[in-house]
Amino acid sequence: MQLDFTEKLILPNISNLHQLSVYEENGGYQAIRKAFTMQPDAVTNEVKQSNLRGRGGACFPTGLKWTFMPKSTTADKQTEKPKYLCCNADESEPGTFKDRQIIEFNPHLLIEGILCAAYAMGIKSTYIYIRGEYYKWYKILQNAVEEAYAKNYIGEKIFGTEFSTDIVVHRGAGAYICGEESALMNSVEGKRGYPRVKPPFPAAFGLWGCPTTINNVETLCNVPHIINRGWEWFSKIGSPKHPGTILLGVSGHVNKPGVYEFPTGILLSDLIYEVCGGIPGNKKIKAVIPGGSSTMWIRGEEIDGVRMDAESLKTVGTSIGTGGVIVMDEDTDVIKVLSRIAHFYHHESCGQCTPCREGTGWMEKILHNFESSEATLEDIDLLLDVANNIEGNTICALGDAAAWPVQSVIKKFRGEFERRVRKSPKVSSSIKPPHLVFAHATP
Amino acid sequence: MLSQENLQQFERLQKFYPTKKALTLPVLWMIQEQEGWISVEAMMYVSSLLEIPVGDVYGVVTFYTMYNQQQRGKYHLQICTNISCQLRGADKLVEHACKTLNVQTEENTKDGRFTISKVECLGSCGTAPMMQMNNDFVENLSVEQLDILLNELK
Repeated sequence: MQLDFTEKLILPNISNLHQLSVYEENGGYQAIRKAFTMQPDAVTNEVKQSNLRGRGGACFPTGLKWTFMPKSTTADKQTEKPKYLCCNADESEPGTFKDRQIIEFNPHLLIEGILCAAYAMGIKSTYIYIRGEYYKWYKILQNAVEEAYAKNYIGEKIFGTEFSTDIVVHRGAGAYICGEESALMNSVEGKRGYPRVKPPFPAAFGLWGCPTTINNVETLCNVPHIINRGWEWFSKIGSPKHPGTILLGVSGHVNKPGVYEFPTGILLSDLIYEVCGGIPGNKKIKAVIPGGSSTMWIRGEEIDGVRMDAESLKTVGTSIGTGGVIVMDEDTDVIKVLSRIAHFYHHESCGQCTPCREGTGWMEKILHNFESSEATLEDIDLLLDVANNIEGNTICALGDAAAWPVQSVIKKFRGEFERRVRKSPKVSSSIKPPHLVFAHATP
Repeated sequence: MLSQENLQQFERLQKFYPTKKALTLPVLWMIQEQEGWISVEAMMYVSSLLEIPVGDVYGVVTFYTMYNQQQRGKYHLQICTNISCQLRGADKLVEHACKTLNVQTEENTKDGRFTISKVECLGSCGTAPMMQMNNDFVENLSVEQLDILLNELK
């Protein structure tokens, strides 16, 4: 049982922590001071040894990512390209609302994390890319950045050292795809948020063709703690292969939805029943999406023994994603929910890749037909076929994100689709991809 | 087109970006906050200010859903209908708001006071259902609370 863990690293229960003075009274900006006493590589090494894994969904080791950035040498100081850091605060995945809490309650922790990362990698400027809808949080963040500039914690020769670095809060304008790292960079450059073909990867060719690292808000917030207390301390919290605390945003059919911080590895059943007070009306759980809308669904009866960490969730065929847990009770119409998810991915597809552009719309149309009991048995396999043909065939992972929920729901709830078909008056499938039919008919 | 204050902000921001083009999104935000929407004239102005083709500006405006290409009501009610809000009754809220104001989604009311939109996840899933009213989030919304709010704003 992990519930006795009381120390919150990212969201401690301290009033007015968003104010710089309060943050400093509680030990803030000590990590960056300590970092300046270390060599930049030693800071990166500390993060690498801590085994901190990215909290934005992919779980990639953060320290390892930092080592991909080219190192500065004295000889090429004059000619080398600037290096950039992007902090991904786009947070548009349905079910995910954790970074918003950090920005509201602990923005200086994020700034300090950015400063440590900037020092470790020799970063010239950081762009915090925040989603356009978060207007209030954009203002909070902007205010925190200005407070730090005023004390010379950001800017020229910070903390009296020779190190200079800038932080800019850059506001998005409503596009889920801009949470994808290369689309995010295009958006910062003032373009449409189209994902780029990789390789080259951002560490080689990022913002304006310069070396760039992209980290999630929560990931960067772990860094000051690692620097302050050391990698050994951090690596002992939670699950050994996915250490640290994690913010879990629980929504849907639970009595106490919200963002909760626990060490990784908390039992999913404890999270739902003990922390979130169970299901309204004491109903049974029909399905859980463990890490935001793109992750594979699991059935209610599968949650026993599953822990909220990358390794444990892998054993039931899903992933931790962004830690956005969505709970559905026994009365939920899973086809209706899946149809809504399909609509989302169709709406948010940037349109560059044919499988995603056409396939997401096709899946949505088939699911609408299931919703209105107009689909046939063959349509179940057709839906699966479309999903399988999107997966892995697109520039970025939005295609996969659209396909995975469909694949997992058909696998786990095929009976629901079959029951819906029995209500259908139709005999055979008549669904064709509308765009393609139209394309052939047009001269 | 940019106000004096916004022009100063534009000048200040330029030192943080290596290209003028990178200021496309920030400048479009300034214009939308000033004018309420992005007109064709505004796009041409941005093109000239940033020294980029007007087609690039148009491409950006049409790509991002938050740039208004038409005038909206004084109160733009954007109701989230994605999963977490859907599970807690968002569809009913949209239906109720449209019925009460006698409009379809994306249509302005005749007095120009309201526009209702169905939008994708707004990142407030723990306080679902919710909506964004202009720049503010209204969370844990019910039909009754929506009625109270609409009456106050009428």
